[in-house]
Parts: sequence; C-alpha cells; structure tokens
Amino acid sequence: MDWQAITLSLELAVVTLAVLLPLAIAAGYLLAVTSWRAKPWFEGLLALPLVLPPTVIGFYLLVAMGGQSWLGQWYERLAGHTLAFSFAGLVVASVIFNIPFAVQPIQRAFETIAPDIREAAQCCGLTFRQAFLRIELPLAWPGILSASVMTFAHTLGEFGVVLMVGGNIPGETKTVAIAIYDRAQAFDLAAAGSMSLLLLAISLVTIAVSYGYAERLMRRRRPA
Amino acid sequence: MSIELELRNGGPRLDFSTSLPVGKITALLGPSGSGKTSILRAIAGLLRLDHERVRIGAETWSDSRQGLHLPARLRQVGFVSQHYALFPHLTVRENVETALLAVPPGDRGERARACLALAQIERLDDRYPREISGGQRQRVALARAIAREPRVLLLDEPFSSVDRTTRGQLYVELLRLHERIAATIVVVTHDLDEAAQLASHLCLLHDGRLLQAGQAREELARPRSEEAARLLDMANVFDGHIELATGRRSVLRWGPHVLRAKHPAAGAVRWGIAPGNVLLVRPDKPWSEQLENPVPGIVMELILLGADALVWLAPEGLPDARVQMRLPLRALARHPLAPGQAVTVCLRGADLMIFADRDSSQGT
Repeated sequence: MDWQAITLSLELAVVTLAVLLPLAIAAGYLLAVTSWRAKPWFEGLLALPLVLPPTVIGFYLLVAMGGQSWLGQWYERLAGHTLAFSFAGLVVASVIFNIPFAVQPIQRAFETIAPDIREAAQCCGLTFRQAFLRIELPLAWPGILSASVMTFAHTLGEFGVVLMVGGNIPGETKTVAIAIYDRAQAFDLAAAGSMSLLLLAISLVTIAVSYGYAERLMRRRRPA
Repeated sequence: MSIELELRNGGPRLDFSTSLPVGKITALLGPSGSGKTSILRAIAGLLRLDHERVRIGAETWSDSRQGLHLPARLRQVGFVSQHYALFPHLTVRENVETALLAVPPGDRGERARACLALAQIERLDDRYPREISGGQRQRVALARAIAREPRVLLLDEPFSSVDRTTRGQLYVELLRLHERIAATIVVVTHDLDEAAQLASHLCLLHDGRLLQAGQAREELARPRSEEAARLLDMANVFDGHIELATGRRSVLRWGPHVLRAKHPAAGAVRWGIAPGNVLLVRPDKPWSEQLENPVPGIVMELILLGADALVWLAPEGLPDARVQMRLPLRALARHPLAPGQAVTVCLRGADLMIFADRDSSQGT
C-alpha cells in the first residue's frame, strides 16, 4: 500500500475542490440565470473534458505549462521550477479537467429554482446578496453537494491527465491511480489490488452517503 | 390619493392606462393572456415595459421617460403569486421573517407572529411548506406579503389552487384582513364571481387592453362594448337598428319588435341585455300599455342551475335568435314553465345596452 500516493491523491482532491467549487458556483449561477448568444459555445467549451480523451487534454495542458509557453515561463520565473511535473501543475490540470463535473450539477440546481421564488425574494425586500445566500444557495445545495462529490471522487481516480502533466514523481505527482498502474506493471498485484479496493471503497462510500443526504434534503423540500 | 398607471408594451402587447383607488380592493378581470399578471408584475417592479409609469400618491416607482425604475425590493409591495412561491427550505415563521430583514433581529419574531396571527396560522410556525395544505400555504404567502406593511398588496390569482370551500373561507379572511391593514389590494382573477365578491373597483381587460374600469358592481352589470359583454358572460347580444323618434326619444328596431331605448345616433347597432334583466310577465296579470317593451316568444329550453333556472326563448318573428333569461327557482315554482310554452317577457329600456362597436359578422 503506497500511503504517500494515497495521501497525495486526497490532498489533490481537497485542493482541487477548494479552488474549483467557488468558481463553479459562480459559473453555474451565471449560466443558469442568464441567456446570451454565445452561451451554447461557452457551455460546450466547459463540457469538452467530458468528451475529449484525457491524453488530448493532458497534451494541451503539458504544452501550455511547458517552458515554451508564456504561462510556463511566467510560472518558472515566479516559482523557480516548471509548472508541469509539479503538484501545482497537477492542481491546475485537475481543476480544468473537473470543470464539467462541478459546473453542470450546480447549473442544473440553480436552473430548477422557480423564477417566482427569485421574484418572491425581491418582493420580500432582499438584496441580491441576501437572496443568494439565504434563498438560492440553500436551494441549490443538493446540486453543490453532488458537484463536490463528483469532483472529489473523479480527482481521486483520474489517471490520464495526471500521467501526462505530472508524470510519476513520488511525493510530488504520483497519485494513487498512478501508483496502482505502477504496481500492476511491476506485477505487484497484491499492492495494486489493495489500493484499488481502497479507492473503490472511498469512492463508493462518498457517493452513497452524499446521494442519501441529497435525497433526504430533496424530500424535505418537495411540495406536498 | 390614487395609483396612477400607464403601461404600454409591444410584446407581449399591453396598452393599459388607469388610476386605482387607494385603500380599496381592485380586481383585474380578464381571460388568460389578457395582460393581468403583466400589469401586476409591472406594479411590483418585476417586469420592465417599453413604456411604464407607476405613481402611488406623490411617489413615482417607475417612469420610463425619466429612466426611473425602482427595483422590486425598494417598492413597498406585497406580492402573492399564483403558486405562492414559499421558500421550501424555510419554516412558516422563517418565510415570514425573511420579509422582515430590515427590522432589528430582536423584533423580527414578534412581528412575524403578529402577521401569522393576522393570517390565522400562528400554530403552524414551525412547519415547512410541504407539511401544510394549499389553503394554509396561501395564508402563509399572505402573511409574508403583509409583513413589510406594504402600501400595495398584489395578489395573482391567489385562490386558483384551492378547493371551493377553502376559497370561500379565504375570501372572508382576505376581506377581514383588508379591514385591519387598510392597504390597497390589487387582485388578478378570471372569475367573475370572485371579482364580484371581493372587489369594490374593477378593471376589465382583453388582449392587453383596458375595456372598462370603475365600480365593480356597476361594471359587471353594464358592459360598455360587445367585447366586454361577451367577457362578462352576457349571452344576449343581438343586431338591431336605432331610429330616432320625435324629440329626444329613440327606438330600437329588432326584427318585428320596436323597443324604447336611449341612444343618441341612428343606425345599425349591436345591443344586449343581461339574462337577469329579462323579466317574465305573469300570465295571470293582464298587461296594459304601461308594460315596457313586451316581447312575446316560445320557451325552447329550460335548465336548472343551482338556485336559478336558465330559460331560452325564441322571440316572435326571430326564429334563429335565443334570449336567455335567468329566473330564481322560487319564481319558477310559482309560475312553472315548460318547453313549447308561449310567454311574454319585458325588456325595460333602462336595461338595454346599446354597443357602439357593432360587428356585423355576428349572428342575430
């Protein structure tokens, strides 16, 4: 059991969630309540990680983070090392790759709030901030929870993009998915099996608990 | 003091200009798509129109010429939408307290309890909206709407989702509440009976236009156009011809019948009479020349409808025309009628409504 890889994966999942969730709530809300001509293109762009092979996304990210790109050069000047093959690079890649898993459930959750609920909040004298924090955010909570769980579980299990952008540096970029692949390649099936089982258990428990909680929440809010 | 409204829009079409009395209940009456809800939402500030001017007393809430549009949260309105729009994740008390965020936190609970008591639901304060009935939800929405002490309370078909018995109770409670809070209430409805029971002022709308406005009882009884007559469920609308007689008198020629009527101009017209104003002449009472506008006819159909009977007559000389008469059942018990029976009805000149907008395509 590669505990270092497991810890790194959990760390990556938590940081990815912390960075992505506020952005996803803002993007999901704006996409839910606004309508503009280029919106389908923007939504399509955000959904690309769902359809593109992880290696394609990984390749573009690798190019974008490399020493030849302005982003890579800027980061290297700032941090003293390249963004690619670093934990920070993994976080950037993970955030981008998880965008659809985070944004879409949140967007759908905000879309299901009936317009007359928003209007009732206005007629109650609530400011935008008050209405968002007291009415819209709590009502969208099941979707936000679902987005968080999907992002967390998906980050734990992500392989292709992580391999392309991060490689296999123990303690820096070697996540549990890479470690499993590594152990399987070395015919250490016991280690690969135990880590796979642990990953499966963490993912299943997280998803089942969140689904159960979301269902209870929805049942409480459903009109009679 | 009054509420001055000028609301015009291209799509959806709206052309509405009137003033509503302050402190009274006004009904916006009209069929679906007539613009009632748009008017309500424009007053609340939830809808922006091409041209809008909403003034309440000396205060202007919106004036498109001046580029003024006060957001809904800054207008002193209470709004009850058709499906109540209660916040499902908050309890009844929390729903009401949400409208009281401007009040110091220590006073909110007491104010909320007072509003719940006014709406007679103080015992439900810890329940969630899904745990209470439709009528109770309506009361919660009302309690939440009055919590901000609105100058105008806007109700968008608030009784459409509750059963008839509950609706009757809610009418009484709304009128009682109106007496206590003395706010101006504007209620949207497509139900004539509801408008008659609740409102003292009425605006009749069709296709985004105001057809007529005024005292509810008067407006419901006397449509000023054929269009209004049809919306007010007045079945008796016919073609006729006005002839000016000597002096200031005029007569309405309707087939072979000549009826005394008041109208300033001669020519073809459409005219109508409310079914309740078609008077049955008692057969046992010899009618003299004093009887105004007698029209003989044959009873074609009779239907009992609650406490009334609806009778359709074919007037003499007009076999295709049907005059609808509404009689109380007790009158029918005294003077039984049956299809095929010859009767005489009286159409008093004061009850005849001559419409200016004749549409010659309509039947006799």
